[in-house]
Amino acid sequence: MDRISETLGRFGGVYLLPLILAALAFVLIGAPSSWATLTVAGLAMGMMVFLMASGLSLIFGLMDVLNFGHSAFVSFGAFVAASVLAALSGWLGADNVLLNIAALSLAIIAAMSFGLAAGWFFETVIIRPVYHDHLRQILITMGALIVSEQIILAVWGGTPITVLRPQFLEGAWIIGDVSIEIYRIFAFGLGLAAFIGLYLVLNRTRLGLLVRAGVENREMVEALGFRIDRLFIGVFMVGSALAAVGGAMWAGYETLITPALGGEMMIVVFIVVIIGGLGSIEGTLLGALLVGLTANYVGFLAPKLALASNMILMTAILLWRPNGLRPAVK
Amino acid sequence: MSLLTLDHMKTNIGQYAVLHDVSLEVPEGGVFVLLGRNGAGKTTTLRSIMGLWKPAPGTVRFDGTDLTGMHTADIARRGIAYVPENMGIFGNLTVEENLILATDKGRFDQSRLKRITTLFPALERFWTKQAWSLSGGQKQMLSVARAIVEPRRLILIDEPTKGLAPAIVAAMAEAFTEISREATLLLVEQNFHFARSIGRDMAVIDNGRVVHSSSMADFAADKPLQDRLLGLS
Amino acid sequence: MQSKSTYGTLAVKTAVLVIAALLLFAPFLFQDVRALEVAARICIFIVLVASYDLLIGYTGIVSFAHTMFFGFGAYGAAIALRQMGPGWDAVALGAVAGVVVSLVVATAVGLLSLRVKAIFFAMITLATASVALVLASQLSQFTGGEDGITYRAPDLFKPATKLMVDEDGKVARLFGVKLNGKLAAYYFVFFTSLALFLLMLRVVAAPLGSVLKAIRENEARAEAVGYRVVAYRTFVFCLSAAVASLAGTVYAIWLKYTGPDTTLSFAIMIDILLMVVIGGMGTMWGAVVGAVLMVMAQYYLRDLMGAAAEATANIPLLPDLLAPDRWLFWLGIIFILLVYFFPRGITGTIMQKGARA
Repeated sequence: MDRISETLGRFGGVYLLPLILAALAFVLIGAPSSWATLTVAGLAMGMMVFLMASGLSLIFGLMDVLNFGHSAFVSFGAFVAASVLAALSGWLGADNVLLNIAALSLAIIAAMSFGLAAGWFFETVIIRPVYHDHLRQILITMGALIVSEQIILAVWGGTPITVLRPQFLEGAWIIGDVSIEIYRIFAFGLGLAAFIGLYLVLNRTRLGLLVRAGVENREMVEALGFRIDRLFIGVFMVGSALAAVGGAMWAGYETLITPALGGEMMIVVFIVVIIGGLGSIEGTLLGALLVGLTANYVGFLAPKLALASNMILMTAILLWRPNGLRPAVK
Repeated sequence: MSLLTLDHMKTNIGQYAVLHDVSLEVPEGGVFVLLGRNGAGKTTTLRSIMGLWKPAPGTVRFDGTDLTGMHTADIARRGIAYVPENMGIFGNLTVEENLILATDKGRFDQSRLKRITTLFPALERFWTKQAWSLSGGQKQMLSVARAIVEPRRLILIDEPTKGLAPAIVAAMAEAFTEISREATLLLVEQNFHFARSIGRDMAVIDNGRVVHSSSMADFAADKPLQDRLLGLS
Repeated sequence: MQSKSTYGTLAVKTAVLVIAALLLFAPFLFQDVRALEVAARICIFIVLVASYDLLIGYTGIVSFAHTMFFGFGAYGAAIALRQMGPGWDAVALGAVAGVVVSLVVATAVGLLSLRVKAIFFAMITLATASVALVLASQLSQFTGGEDGITYRAPDLFKPATKLMVDEDGKVARLFGVKLNGKLAAYYFVFFTSLALFLLMLRVVAAPLGSVLKAIRENEARAEAVGYRVVAYRTFVFCLSAAVASLAGTVYAIWLKYTGPDTTLSFAIMIDILLMVVIGGMGTMWGAVVGAVLMVMAQYYLRDLMGAAAEATANIPLLPDLLAPDRWLFWLGIIFILLVYFFPRGITGTIMQKGARA
């Protein structure tokens, strides 16, 4: 047993899990074309969930703050983007890729700006007074989530809203008998870009060095002369903005959104950060990919089990590694 | 004038009073050793100076400035470094990253770096290794090295010899003597023989109070006092 | 604690006694159907909130799965009554099944998450509860799906049942109240709720209560003194789950209907949270005050908000926010302000006042 895990460790350890999962699904599904479609869908979903979850994980890692209102950023991102896209429907429908891209970029930028602003507000007004008090933190961020959902209901109403997609992301590529939706590729690419960006900032810059050190031992970073609390607000805002972008991408993926979206995604996001381990973006990415793939494979193989499958995945991983797969905080 | 003055410092952790009355005068230069039994309040004293616990009434003066109520980071910037008991190294970061983090501007001063690698040659060997993979002694060296990457006037060191092999303890003593030419060291120590070998002044804390303060030479000469205060045999 | 010796404590206890008396005589004092609904709901929510307080107030950990246990009890009774027909055997079987399932799930969740980090607990309970909700709406052959299950309660509780008959063979009246099955059902709810509440009072008064408080105040210290925190927390989680499950069974019998919206929904979880925070955590009395205020508000405040929305119809956004559907918005804001400024809630704040010399 030890030798097996040692060998596995040499080839990437827990990072092999998505590959093992995909291989297992390949055998179970049997049809390569369905498998390829599901895998692409799972990877795309995983990347969008990664966008939503990475901020939560870092925020917790750095300041021991668990924000139950995080999913509000996802919802707001989705609805803000949907509104911008609806307002620019002329550009979207145009047979001009540049106009398409401009509309899409504006929608994402709007969601991101909203996330930054809402993140700033959350951190300074809602959370700062209750640092170091988990009980009140959970209660207050939960209260903020309730209020946010009600604001969404009041502004956008309770009925589902159709999200327009830019023309150039509609449709699918057909390779052999495999059909791949273009939007999924786009979502995957954007998520991957965000991951690489985060990775580089965390591993190649002084700011990132401070964040990584702070996740491990906040007190010591302060004793070296750095104000972690001032760094934290930046991390909080970036995390919130990523969640909002994730929500915006998710809106385009689902094409029909309701105010319940945030609540549904919150469960998935929590499962991802628990599986991945708190405080590391590598862990979050791993958790997100596992959850995305599992959801799609199980949704195909045994639709009734789709939601419970994430739960089973989480239980199994917690039994194996109680702190998650790649925790940065012990 | 003393470099560091603690004036009737009291510290509560939660509802529990840990320090009742700590007054100290740490003169500039040399090694000042804080002795005392387990749980006497030595670590709490260092943490209170560093602003990691907030001393309730009473003041901490450093080089004429009142540190009471100041943020830990600002205290550090005034020239105090801290080497905690658990060494506080960042295990996921490399040795180099641990050290560069301690620089003010994000780059090394080459002459200071040279001094560190001369004092602790082992660190250079493991330069790009993640710090969790170091041995206990190497971790302690890294933690001390981090405190002298930038010139600091006062270095607080909590039980640096705990759990270290005798050979490494000897190397530590040498390093501390060398460092104390440039900075004042305030050292918490259980190992009296180590303390005696490097300390110039000393104080004993018991039950949250300073019960004795003198030069190390005087204290070392008074065997009955040692027995009474430290419970040594 | 010093709370025993304040006039505030006396005031709170007097208020609770008055509430108990009002609930006891509710069928005679408020003779309309809606009022009796409100009274029964208050009884059940007092138990539900008190059992939640056992967890959050006495151990300081937050669970979002309390409605799940409530639902286990309710669905247990509902399914048993549906399959076996109305009878006490079905009620007993349903109650026991609900409690057993609750205990198993609570133990599993507790050991899985409390072992590592208390903060995982909140997230994992939330995930578990949402899975339970989805399962309840998907396994429609057992649970009736979104529509829920309707069934008949034991014969004693039928409105047509005559508890006492007058000379003409009609149902007898006492102070103008018909002594029928509905009355019996209400008193069944009242007395089981009272019994469960007293049981919980007993638990927190016993040495266990002080251990629980010690855990909440200082985790490290409690561990050092030798109490095993994880085991205790899991035990309390199980206890609170079992009581919630029983409350669910009682509610199912009273409503004669069980569905996701009456037991499992996240909205009820939020109600419970609001009740316990508004009333005051860690006192048990807070559960009584919180449940009474919130249930009354749910039934009567929405009418008021409707009127306010109409009155402000010309102002943008404000009527939307004042609409009766938006009342959670205001509760959410009140909730946040309470947690900031009165973390002890109504009873906790009052109990501190007027310390006797």
